[in-house]
Amino acid sequence: MLKSINETTCACQVPPKGTVETNPSRPTWMLLLAAPLGIALWWLVYTHLAAFSQLLTYRLLPFTPGSHLGASVEFFLYDTPKVMMLLVLVVFGVGVIRSYFSPERTRALLAGRSLLAGNVLAALLGIVTPFCSCSAVPLFIGFVTAGVPLGVTFSFLIAAPMVNEIALGLLYGLVGWRVAALYAATGLTVAIGAGWVIGRLKLEHHIEDWVQQMTTVGDSPVENRLTLWDRLVYGKDAVVEIIGRVWIYVLLGIAVGAGIHGFVPEGVMAAVMGKGDWWSVPLAVILGVPMYSNAAGIIPVVEALLGKGAALGSTLAFMMSVIALSLPEMVILRKVLKPRLIAVFIAVVATGILFVGFLFNAVMG
Amino acid sequence: MEIKILGPGCAKCEKTAKLVQEVVAETGAQARVVKVTDMMQIAGSGVVSTPAVMVDGEIKSTGKVPKKGEIAGWLK
Repeated sequence: MLKSINETTCACQVPPKGTVETNPSRPTWMLLLAAPLGIALWWLVYTHLAAFSQLLTYRLLPFTPGSHLGASVEFFLYDTPKVMMLLVLVVFGVGVIRSYFSPERTRALLAGRSLLAGNVLAALLGIVTPFCSCSAVPLFIGFVTAGVPLGVTFSFLIAAPMVNEIALGLLYGLVGWRVAALYAATGLTVAIGAGWVIGRLKLEHHIEDWVQQMTTVGDSPVENRLTLWDRLVYGKDAVVEIIGRVWIYVLLGIAVGAGIHGFVPEGVMAAVMGKGDWWSVPLAVILGVPMYSNAAGIIPVVEALLGKGAALGSTLAFMMSVIALSLPEMVILRKVLKPRLIAVFIAVVATGILFVGFLFNAVMG
Repeated sequence: MEIKILGPGCAKCEKTAKLVQEVVAETGAQARVVKVTDMMQIAGSGVVSTPAVMVDGEIKSTGKVPKKGEIAGWLK
């Protein structure tokens, strides 16, 4: 059981092709020429996807405009290339940014910070630090033993998966910048707030004893100096690795979204996930916990839900609980945390998500 | 020479171990390759992100699968 969890959550970072050596002295003028050209081409294709999907669905394939199945197929054929193209761009960009950060560096930045400022910094660094949940345990120990306060460590551990570059890029592309910005802001707020609360509760003695007795030695290894070309290769590797891992979830997510788009009547979602009932937010959170999808798969579903009148607060809550509260991560963290601390962690994060859900259902339409 | 691969046994760690063994075989270096999967030991060596590679007690790489060229450089 544990083994399979490790496998599914662990293939995070780039396994570069072992035989390919990067050439550090690649001419930069080639790059300067290729970059604008590539982006122009990308944009040209991207802006014609809607027309293309309609042509494909109703002219080349035998679907009638206005039919349920036709609407589903059109949604699928439109969203799939759109999401993939967005993913490539976002993952590449974030990959390049991430090459400037490392967990070791983040740890050094966070060690000995005071509570509130530390929580804010930790949550922000959580977005840009390359981190994968299979490293959660060594990272946790490394942080805590190096003098990063427990609450600050939690802010990092919550923000890192939740405010996720894939989620943000897809939300921006599929749902709009307003929801993307709201998601980033509220995700950070939950991470900062939850970490601060955990810090204030003084739960340090609920870390497993063997961790508390541990003293880590040594500093981080030598940091490699990377050229711009190296960083671009890092970005490219990230694209290959991440797209290779998530494409199946993306297709599944878009298929579910397409089904909702074509077949679920307007208003049904408003009744189930509408803002009228107070219980819709807690229900969304509870539904989200056992679901372990990554951000890439959940966003097309979110797009379709919002399109059918689901309330923004309930939908945000659902998305956050799917991404941030995952059972596999709890199982991994159980190695270093006593049950009581795990329970506090879940309770505090769930409360934060509930708060976000209620707030947006109350404020927005 | 002793090479340690530190990691809880995820796909990246296996890949790293495989590459290191390949390079050792190819270069014929006199090296013993050891996998460390125990969390206590990993954290105790000061490693924050896995997979990590240590050569004779010195951390050479963390948080990524090293390239073959890098590995060969450590074996000299």
